[in-house]
Amino acid sequence: MNTPGDTRDVRLRGYVSAEPGDARTVQVQKSLMAHNDQVARANREAFRGVLTLNVTSSPGSGKTALLEATARATEGALRLGVIVGDLETDNDAVRLQRAGAPSVQIATGTVCHLEAEMVARAAEALDLGAIDVLVIENVGNLVCPAAWDLGEDLRVVLLAVTEGEDKPLKYPRLFKGADVVIVNKVDIADAVGWDRAQALANVEQVAPQAQVIELSARTGDGLEAWTGFLAGRLRAKRA
Amino acid sequence: MHELGLMLRAIEMAEAEARAANAARIDAIHLEVGALSGVVREALEFAFQAARAGTMAERAHLEVVVVPATAYCGSCDATFEMDNRFGIASCPRCGTPSADLRQGRELNLSHLEVSG
Repeated sequence: MNTPGDTRDVRLRGYVSAEPGDARTVQVQKSLMAHNDQVARANREAFRGVLTLNVTSSPGSGKTALLEATARATEGALRLGVIVGDLETDNDAVRLQRAGAPSVQIATGTVCHLEAEMVARAAEALDLGAIDVLVIENVGNLVCPAAWDLGEDLRVVLLAVTEGEDKPLKYPRLFKGADVVIVNKVDIADAVGWDRAQALANVEQVAPQAQVIELSARTGDGLEAWTGFLAGRLRAKRA
Repeated sequence: MHELGLMLRAIEMAEAEARAANAARIDAIHLEVGALSGVVREALEFAFQAARAGTMAERAHLEVVVVPATAYCGSCDATFEMDNRFGIASCPRCGTPSADLRQGRELNLSHLEVSG
């Protein structure tokens, strides 16, 4: 029983009151991303039969063009399905449908990245049993998508030669999480004075774990290495 | 990055925990934010001022501990603190770039101080 005058005793005994009104500490130790991570886990389970990619880059690096080229190049060999996120328009989903891949558009309105819940809802519109590779084309943004697990197997970061050499240094969080870094638009590298050695050195420094594939979605140069990589990862997942 | 959304979520979680502990007030919210999480302490504090109005945390103070980014070097079998400015994890002992990030991406509600 705590009476006035006992305070020194109370401190020495390390007494912590549990009576209402008293200050106390509540341990929580929970991630603020817990809800998204939970949905991402459910997505991962739902996507267990398909190779799932989360494709990110800055706007205009060529994500959709690469996916169109991939869909056309793998016709008959790999069945692609796409979930694509943009703030507005369904332009990308329309392009990808035309290229032969069933595609669902997420128009986020104002949200600058895709979250697991959005992907879960979009996936309901796809027949996962009829595809081999599920590609999630994220909102064009090198910052925010990094923090959001969507339930993917692989994170692919696209970089165009028109962006110079230092994007990995400027956006380390996204590149640090990359399984694959694709360098796009190699066909115009000379025209923009791209320093290949410097660019690859920067990728290596920030993302030594990433497989690097250089290609041009437009000309098809290097595309085979990318489609071969996908086929190999799919085989490994389904083994 | 999305500090306002994060603070709204943190307060939501904090209220649920405080209620479960039969508290009337939240006096302090303690967060652990990784150095590579993309979240800025000042922006969190600013967002907190806006987000706490009308909640159990409206008089609470916010404590943010930044967790340094550390990576593991397989060659040296040891961890090291990374150069946060560039996200470069080159082992200071042997120079090998590392992809094995052990700490630095946290976004945790660590603990609360409550009363009442």
